[in-house]
Amino acid sequence: MGEYIVEMQGITKRFPGVLALNNVKLNLRPGLVHSLMGENGAGKSTLMKILAGVYTLDEGQILLNDKPVSIESPRDGLANGISMIHQELVFVPELTAAENIYLGRELRDRFGLVSRKSMIDETQKVFDKWNINIDPATQMKELSVAQAQMVEIAKAIAFESKIIIMDEPTSAITEREVERLHAMIRALREAGTAIIYITHKMDEVFAISDEITVFRDGTWVATEKASAMDRDRLISLMVGRELNQLFPKVEAEIGEVVLEVEGLNRGRQVKNVSFSVRRGEILGFAGLMGSGRSEVLETVFGIHPATSGTIKVNGKVVRIREPHQAIEAGLALLTEDRKKTGIMGVLSVRDNMSIAAIDRFSFLGILRRPMIEKECEAQRQALALKTPSLDQLTQNLSGGNQQKVLLSRWLLTDPDILIIDEPTRGIDVGAKSEIHRLMGELAKQGKAIIMVSSEMPEILGMSDRVVVMCEGQLVGEVSRKDATQEKIMELATRFSDEAVA
Amino acid sequence: MSNQPATTSSTAVIGPKKFDWGHFVRQYMIIGVLALFVAALAIMTNGNSIEPVNLVNVIRQVSAIGIIGVGMTFVIITLGIDLSVGSILGLSAVVAASLAQIPGGSLVKFQGIDVPVIIAVLAGLAVGAFAGFINGVLIAKFRLAPFIATLGMMSIARGLAYIYTGDGRPFSGLKDDYNYLGQGYLFNDPKQPLSGIPLPVVLFIVVAIIATFLLSYTKFGRYTYAIGGNEVAARVSGIRIPRVTILIYTLSGLLAGLAGVLWSARIGSGNSTLGQGIELDAITAVIVGGTSFKGGIGKIWGTVVGALLIGVINNGLDLLNVSPFLQIVVKGCIIIVAIIIDERKNTKKA
Repeated sequence: MGEYIVEMQGITKRFPGVLALNNVKLNLRPGLVHSLMGENGAGKSTLMKILAGVYTLDEGQILLNDKPVSIESPRDGLANGISMIHQELVFVPELTAAENIYLGRELRDRFGLVSRKSMIDETQKVFDKWNINIDPATQMKELSVAQAQMVEIAKAIAFESKIIIMDEPTSAITEREVERLHAMIRALREAGTAIIYITHKMDEVFAISDEITVFRDGTWVATEKASAMDRDRLISLMVGRELNQLFPKVEAEIGEVVLEVEGLNRGRQVKNVSFSVRRGEILGFAGLMGSGRSEVLETVFGIHPATSGTIKVNGKVVRIREPHQAIEAGLALLTEDRKKTGIMGVLSVRDNMSIAAIDRFSFLGILRRPMIEKECEAQRQALALKTPSLDQLTQNLSGGNQQKVLLSRWLLTDPDILIIDEPTRGIDVGAKSEIHRLMGELAKQGKAIIMVSSEMPEILGMSDRVVVMCEGQLVGEVSRKDATQEKIMELATRFSDEAVA
Repeated sequence: MSNQPATTSSTAVIGPKKFDWGHFVRQYMIIGVLALFVAALAIMTNGNSIEPVNLVNVIRQVSAIGIIGVGMTFVIITLGIDLSVGSILGLSAVVAASLAQIPGGSLVKFQGIDVPVIIAVLAGLAVGAFAGFINGVLIAKFRLAPFIATLGMMSIARGLAYIYTGDGRPFSGLKDDYNYLGQGYLFNDPKQPLSGIPLPVVLFIVVAIIATFLLSYTKFGRYTYAIGGNEVAARVSGIRIPRVTILIYTLSGLLAGLAGVLWSARIGSGNSTLGQGIELDAITAVIVGGTSFKGGIGKIWGTVVGALLIGVINNGLDLLNVSPFLQIVVKGCIIIVAIIIDERKNTKKA
């Protein structure tokens, strides 16, 4: 047996009109964690989907243990010991954890009938061995994202996969859960499994990787030992240029209070929350996943109406029961889940941009097309949006560019208060720092910005002030100069120990 | 897989804009298909099918499907469906016809009441719009699935039409002014009795033009596409979904009412069974015309061409003496093929 468990050589993949991968190579050793880095569209996911059999390659070859193999379907991939854990987990929510693990190859009893009991028993064995604390008989829909992910990993283990691909496994789980995931990965590595790890998060890459391969625009750039690389070098390899500052926070003059929320309540998710934000200020909302950050802001915006509380904009009490009332009051909300609540994929970039400001863009119900054209074009240039035309369907843009379209949508309403929930989730480094730069500029123009983020560096780097939430309550506030990761985490986990009692 | 290969790659969309032939062909293929059918039938019928009289006849036959299809286009763009249009057509037809009867006959619904024809027409339209409004309220306020709400209305409106006609006998003996709506011609040369453009065709064209304007040049049109593109995102962007939904179903009902008036005027009587099954023809026209069953995509001209295609095929099969039962089978095949094409368009687009 050679040095490598997998060798991918000269891999080329074309999609209509695009060369997605151009003569790319990747070599994996058993018992190591190999991270793939690169901006969105660099080709990481495409290469992994080829390895897992989701796509077939156009040119090149794959060697498994020195033998050429042809992987035509995910089934071939699994048969060759390759499992992929997708960014958006794929499972049947109504089935139990055990049934999902054995989906498509159910264990049978001696009468040839599906045997729930033996599947649960087998799953329990795997869970016990790997310290997974989940009841195999729980329905998948009852599990958290992190737990569902553990089930997916257990599935890979149950398939005896020697190669496990994880595509952005930490994009939707909390820091504590990331720790658990990483412990799991280390244990798998000990057992000789080759792990391929795709992420956008720098800290994680250095925490978990043995080797790093960087891709850019569908080509292979470099493969190096993680210990031989540092953050700056990695970023410059990814973007092909030096990024002098990750968080270009510009100083903005902080003015009067524009938004004041008092005693806001909604069910168990929002409990007596009060806060305010001033012109020119970036207010960070920190807290663990599920602590109620997004829920508070969605309530302020009228997506879910509040049961009690007052909202004042520029000193005047406003009634907000529906988003259109929030927009009229001068609020804007860029939601967390781009795909589900943000973009209209089959509509053009122009339609997506202009929709929230459509009242301004029409007269007696008739569209003022030249005005729409002019202002959308101006946004496109101001935000350096990469699209061949405003007619392009939004679903054809990359994640970062879709985020820019959504930002434009709200900027066109000229809001006083811009709420951005997870501004840079799942977008590449280049687009990320551009979004940060824009946020700084907007604050400078006198807009109040409220930012929800699960990424600690983003919270610390961008906020003038940070409020921390825990279990639906606002538990503390720290100023920019006092804010540290430890302090915020301490506040964010305040109740979790007592919660049991 | 909803996430298409090229969408993950930002390089997909960068670079100079080239003319995309594939896109062009997919977009306008339906016109080519129509031309092909017209040509094929012309050959098979030795040119009979393209005699002007026959062509005008075909368009008149599909004007009801087309008018209803226009409303259905709005509905399907928002991911809805309106199954009640055929029944609403029937109800509007009997109501309008009952008010347009020449007074004095023994079969007159309202003895001793004589209202102007315009009132009869407006009553027919109002009944249609009201039924559509109820659909909209059920869907928008009571959160019923469009399929369920309009299935209920389909039964209710048809039942009311039967009840209204009492013993089920059609209302005949209608005023000439009323019948003129269905039988008259625009640009008629008095020396040639059947020359000019039939009024139902004129109204079909007018409806299509107004709807095109609504869909492409107004706020209401943007709202329609936005709701179909992503309803949650549309709401977050400030669109009042219930209001727009109610308007759309009211529009669909209104157009069904208009079709009911025109049809009863065409045949000179209001029959409670009018319009049975027309919802399927209208849906076929919309889907064949390229409106996506997945929402957010659709054009009025597509529906117009779709309706014409149905008309040409029906007419051609008639001229070739094909059994009407087989015609129904052919229609079913067309809708399935159209949906397969829609699916493939969606997976290829990216």
